[in-house]
Amino acid sequence: MKRAVAVLGVAVLACATAAQAAPDPARIAAGHYQAILADCLGCHTAPGGKPFAGGLVLETPFGKLATPNITPDRDTGIGGWSPAQFRDAIKSGVAPGGRRLYPAMPYPSYARISDADINDLWTYLGTVAPVRNRVNVNLLSFPFNIRALMVGWNWLFFKPAAAASKPGKSADLIRGEYLVNGPGHCGACHTPKNLFGADRAAALTGASLSGWFAPDITAQARRGVGSWRVGELVTYLKSGHNSHSMASGPMAEVIENSTAQMRDTDLSAIAAYLKDVPGDGASPTALAANGARMKAGAALYEENCQGCHNPGGDGQSIIFPPLAANPVVQQASAETLIRVVLAGTQAAQTARAPTAAAMPSFAWRLDDAQVADILTYIRNAWGNAAGAVSPNRVARSRAALQRR
Amino acid sequence: MARLLPRKDVVIMGLGWTGSILAQELTTAGLEVLALERGPWRDTASDFNIGYMPDELRYAIRKDLFLQPAQEAMTMRNNRTQTALPMRDYGSFLPGAGVGGAGVHWNGQCWRYAPTDFECKSHLTRRYGARKIAELQLQDWGVTFDEIEHCYDRYEYLCGTSGKAGVIKGVVQPGGNPFEGSRSREYPNPPLKMPYSSSLFTKAALEYGLHPFPSPSANVSRPYVNSLGVAMGECTYCGYCERFGCANYSKSTPQTTILPVLIKKRNFELRTECEVMKINLHPDGKSAKSITYVDATGTEYEQPGDLVILCGYGLMNVRMMFLSGIGKPYDPRTGDGVVGRNYCYQTGGGGATLFFDDKRFNPFMGAGALISAAHDFNGDVFDHSNLDFVGGASISSGQTNGRPIGSRPTPPGTPRWGSQWKAATAATYGHVMNIGGSGSSYATRGNYLDLDPTYTDSHGRPLLRITFDFPDNDIRMQNWVGTQVEKIARSLNPKAMTMGKASKGWNVVPYQSTHNTGGAIMGADPKTSAVNRYLQCWDVSNVFVMGASAFPQNAAVNPTGTVCALAYWAAEAIRDRYIKHPGPLVPA
Repeated sequence: MKRAVAVLGVAVLACATAAQAAPDPARIAAGHYQAILADCLGCHTAPGGKPFAGGLVLETPFGKLATPNITPDRDTGIGGWSPAQFRDAIKSGVAPGGRRLYPAMPYPSYARISDADINDLWTYLGTVAPVRNRVNVNLLSFPFNIRALMVGWNWLFFKPAAAASKPGKSADLIRGEYLVNGPGHCGACHTPKNLFGADRAAALTGASLSGWFAPDITAQARRGVGSWRVGELVTYLKSGHNSHSMASGPMAEVIENSTAQMRDTDLSAIAAYLKDVPGDGASPTALAANGARMKAGAALYEENCQGCHNPGGDGQSIIFPPLAANPVVQQASAETLIRVVLAGTQAAQTARAPTAAAMPSFAWRLDDAQVADILTYIRNAWGNAAGAVSPNRVARSRAALQRR
Repeated sequence: MARLLPRKDVVIMGLGWTGSILAQELTTAGLEVLALERGPWRDTASDFNIGYMPDELRYAIRKDLFLQPAQEAMTMRNNRTQTALPMRDYGSFLPGAGVGGAGVHWNGQCWRYAPTDFECKSHLTRRYGARKIAELQLQDWGVTFDEIEHCYDRYEYLCGTSGKAGVIKGVVQPGGNPFEGSRSREYPNPPLKMPYSSSLFTKAALEYGLHPFPSPSANVSRPYVNSLGVAMGECTYCGYCERFGCANYSKSTPQTTILPVLIKKRNFELRTECEVMKINLHPDGKSAKSITYVDATGTEYEQPGDLVILCGYGLMNVRMMFLSGIGKPYDPRTGDGVVGRNYCYQTGGGGATLFFDDKRFNPFMGAGALISAAHDFNGDVFDHSNLDFVGGASISSGQTNGRPIGSRPTPPGTPRWGSQWKAATAATYGHVMNIGGSGSSYATRGNYLDLDPTYTDSHGRPLLRITFDFPDNDIRMQNWVGTQVEKIARSLNPKAMTMGKASKGWNVVPYQSTHNTGGAIMGADPKTSAVNRYLQCWDVSNVFVMGASAFPQNAAVNPTGTVCALAYWAAEAIRDRYIKHPGPLVPA
């Protein structure tokens, strides 16, 4: 009997070894692509850290969360999980042992991913290099550090809906809708949140997070991507810039880790869908050019900005983004603009656009009123139209940046 | 005891132009490359912030981006009868420091040398006889213009050089320099827009029978995406090029052309603030084993590498060869030896300053290579049979800057200080143009480099000693060109005019040019050159030495284009031949 058990044990071990040694390369590749679509790498890799080993600190309105290690390390990663446990975590936000994930992990979006795709993702993650890196995930303060609260949150806000059938929509639009709202979890940044951090109704109309304003990406003509052609949107997602705008900040990371590596057909689908999401029709009227703040802003622009962005605000699109007709400049919130002027920023770096030029910091040179005047000016010059920026708003951002 | 580190395929000393080119080429060939840079990391937005980069006091006067003598000084004397003394400040020339090296703060004058420059000795001997050049120690380069033409082309398409070709595939092009070597294609970008001073010079030069053309500029005339996919912005003519980093991504530097791609490569590593102490040779002295370097904390490391490439400023490369015992030191008494041989510079003087009442030049609109030039008196373009010299100069006029501290010309007779001086600078600013001459510098037996017998650096290593004065041949040449410049200048009828004159007595205080050449020269004969035609040390075959230290003598125009063309030339030889068969690429 003992011998039989031993033999059985050897057989099980052999099976396990065989299973680990030879996952189907096609399934690994498919899983890798799922990881690209879901941008797993972006959140689960710390700056300068090993891929998927976690430790990136996310700043949420409720406090800080560090992303967990999802390499197959048995002790500190997910090497000890079963495929079913992995599926539950991705789609329901429940980790082994019933531990509730915070919705910074976009399981409400990932619930759309099919079980087959999640199995592929699991297969792929099993092939990445295991890294021993214990992450203290929960850096939140009371009461948000109580994971059980998420049971209530899920009851209120978690609607793991399957894709609704959309009669009359093209395959491209259906695929695009799935990529944007499913694995791509674009709404995690671009959809405004309620007090509990759940999505509000105005999907993809832009939202503030981590000191940036993720812009409106609906078909709104001025603030969104309504005036971009599908090909231009694909170029943006593939390279990090196009003739209208240039990605930096969190979107630069999304492009580098995710969209630049997506298939062109998927990028076209995303573009087609975003251009199909109706935007808010309201559009402000441009401030009069002869106002005192506009005139001050124009003079400051000439001194500080036009060397790169050109007198007409048309930029040099291969390296300096245009400001005229650039949606980022005309968002409801000027948070991104203020941040970029004060702290500077660096463009996305992709194989197609390796330059990654950077805008320098002007915080040392311009006071709050000057920044406000420049931004009020660029938001209302050359056909642009958006609300004036107040010196107080700049002061708030400056103080927040100094705390970082 | 130095800490021993894991080996690398290639160890590069210095990450300026040549280091960046070699690292880019050899990482592309699949090698693991480590660059050791003595200075700090530098990039455009952080270090050349557009808000404070035009700070003339900080950068041009206090020389913020340059090598400081406390880090590495040199000693100088005019001839062997004198005792050399250390330079307390860099003045005559300004070596770079930090990532990008002198490639950060150059003017962007992006020239090719003429075909005859590469065969200087044999060409002049053929045309005029050996006696004509007997007082000089001229040598051929061991490589021809045609052999490295494609390397010039690669560099120009990396930089987006803005200019007008003079000869394409043997056919002279209107508007370019008809005396240049034949090139394979047009420049990647059109010339910068010429300022009023250049257009006046152009007109006068044409009337004098010369062939003026816009100088090639590495400050790009329009937005450009280079051969590596890296983008640059259009030059704004701000006039803050030389001594400054470019805030607008308009001047070609390692930062704006190569580093964005290189720095992301997995097989490339950069260690900044790491100063190379010496190259360690194997006991037989025929190959290098490792590099010893010291980091910012003073910790000493030994870094083994299969291939060592010296990519510092030319003078530093020569000193490193001395300190490491690579190559036989040159002896000016006998003319034997190779390391330190044929040190040359750039000949100045013979320029005109023209003062006008009725002309406004707006000199604040400038760029480092915003210049119109004529090469009718360059190299051996003109017949020297009845002249008492060889060599020549590029004569030119342009507006590189009109900066408020350094650019205060006053008419002759103005006091040097006080209210009259102030009034004169205010009245004169904007009404002055220059016509200059940049002349060749030819080698003599007595101009050379060696280690100073007295002075040492903070690590106890001897300083480099420069023994140099302008050769009589070069002074005669420059002053003859000056007479031509004077005639052109007078034809413009200035209200007043001053003429410079070339003279003996090289002085390290006033800035002249950062065009120090020679000391580790290339050639076909190991008895008279330190490196072979691929810039490989004759004696130590896994050490290559980049830089203007390889020039057997200096031509009239700026050296960077040729330095970088030779870097591509060497990189190709390493990639295509050396990697497959390590060892001497040319039998000694």
